Amino acid sequence: MLVLTNISKTFNPGTLNEKVALKNLSLTVKDGDFITIIGSNGAGKSTLFNAIAGSFFTDEGRIVLDDNDITMDSDHKRSRSIGRLFQDPMLGSAPGMTIEENLTLAAGKGGWFSRITKSEREAFKAKLALLEMGLEDRLEQPVGLLSGGQRQALTLLMATYNPPKILLLDEHTAALDPATADKVIELTQKIVEENHLTCLMITHNMQQALNLGNRIIMMDSGRIIFDAEGEEKKSLTTSDLLEKFKENAGKTLDNDRILLEK
Amino acid sequence: MSFTLLSANIFEQIVSMLPSSFELGLITALTVLALFLSYSMLNVCDLSTDGCFTLGAVVGATVALSGHPYLSIFAAIIAGMLSGLITALLQTYLGVDSLLSGIIVNTALYSVNIAIMGNSSIVNLNKTETIFTKLKSLLKDSFLDSAYKIIIVFAAVALIILFLSFFLKTRLGLAIRATGNNPAMVKASSINPALTTIIGLCIANSFTGLSGCLMAQYQKSANIDIGSGILTVALASLLIGRSFMNKGKITKRAIGAVLGACIFRIVYSIALCFNMPASMLKLVSSIIVIIAVSGPYLQSKYPLFMRKLEVKGIKLPGVSKMAKGGEK
Repeated sequence: MLVLTNISKTFNPGTLNEKVALKNLSLTVKDGDFITIIGSNGAGKSTLFNAIAGSFFTDEGRIVLDDNDITMDSDHKRSRSIGRLFQDPMLGSAPGMTIEENLTLAAGKGGWFSRITKSEREAFKAKLALLEMGLEDRLEQPVGLLSGGQRQALTLLMATYNPPKILLLDEHTAALDPATADKVIELTQKIVEENHLTCLMITHNMQQALNLGNRIIMMDSGRIIFDAEGEEKKSLTTSDLLEKFKENAGKTLDNDRILLEK
Repeated sequence: MSFTLLSANIFEQIVSMLPSSFELGLITALTVLALFLSYSMLNVCDLSTDGCFTLGAVVGATVALSGHPYLSIFAAIIAGMLSGLITALLQTYLGVDSLLSGIIVNTALYSVNIAIMGNSSIVNLNKTETIFTKLKSLLKDSFLDSAYKIIIVFAAVALIILFLSFFLKTRLGLAIRATGNNPAMVKASSINPALTTIIGLCIANSFTGLSGCLMAQYQKSANIDIGSGILTVALASLLIGRSFMNKGKITKRAIGAVLGACIFRIVYSIALCFNMPASMLKLVSSIIVIIAVSGPYLQSKYPLFMRKLEVKGIKLPGVSKMAKGGEK
């Protein structure tokens, strides 16, 4: 269970560029939740992920993951229990290293001086085969040769190799072509279900936000303005969402990339 | 008649210089391997290399002078490692820019090196037992009698290459490579990139220290200028090696770096035979680095340049439409 209590973050405080990115935000993510997050431009969606993953420390508030206060833990320490995918498929893997070398680092097994073993290689192959992209035969090829979709699928595999307590997906299919994006979403669902992962996903596709997961969150100006789960979420339509946004934010949703329908 | 005599002379001269340029090339190759780790793998341009090479030389020379030729090697390695540790700590935990931390350590090492030599700027090893004289007396009258120099430098290079090709495949080695390749991914693998930078620079600088130590004992003296410009020379060698062995396994690329160092030395020796002043070494190595770095850059800009000319309506004589596909 992830509990955020009154977290706040202001960038460039005391300057002309001061930007309140998160404002007293509280959120409790239950184990097994799959939450989709939508919101206007600059609503603080990615900032929320950065706060959870530890890319920066929040100015105020506490972050508690499974009864451990991780508020002041560094990002690399948190990554043991928090997996993350970005919009840019290039961010998640090292292009100059081979697929198996990337996976070895993600698997994190063995001591500092251990090398890739035969059994590990077999395990990598089995996992890669699940992606159905033929990557299992390309273990010794540099990741730089893969397409964006393949790289994102590989990153997904790497981020979930040791099932994390929380998986953060930051528009991880937005940079892919529609067919590949569908494939990666399908993989995401499969992996999340199989490993019973707790997952937060930012998307600009309203329909996707409604179709996926058991809970939906809407953000504006660093706050959560709408939160629905279970049956309530199931009954929502995109026009409901737009209405809720107008009602709660006092303005219309102004995300210039938002997709109302698929 | 006089021309053929001259060229035969030069040829003889070149051949007679080959063994020593090969030996010197292999000694420099250790510094090239240090850069292979720090520059190619870790993506850090370590500007403390000159000072660290000198540090290895003066520490090695001073310890040898005190009667410990074997210990001198380890002392130089550890000294290099410490220097690397400081450069790395500056850029990981003290907020100093990576290039600046190298320059600062390099400057500081000047004073340190003078102090180690007992406030002198030169240490003479003419009558001192070094690792070279040790092996020389050991091999006396055997069939390897005259090969003692090459045996030592070759063994050193071979050991380092073996170490690198093993180490860079371990999990720690992979983490170091990933740090240079994509630091974000290292963090995502729960590894602290500051730690990998520190370990990488310590190891790289230990090679540089060893390189300096062998150089001092090889030429039987160490002075405060022994390392000046070695970074550029080593970088030139690294880039030469890369130009023909860039792809493939780590071991192959490391061997490429060593070959680059040898080629550089041999070409330099040949130039010396044609009466190039010895002081030109650094100018030549600088030019090689410039060509190797800016060559690919200019090549990538070439299509844009041609397009500019086309837009402005300027036609170059003898240049056809070929230019458009110029990239790659």
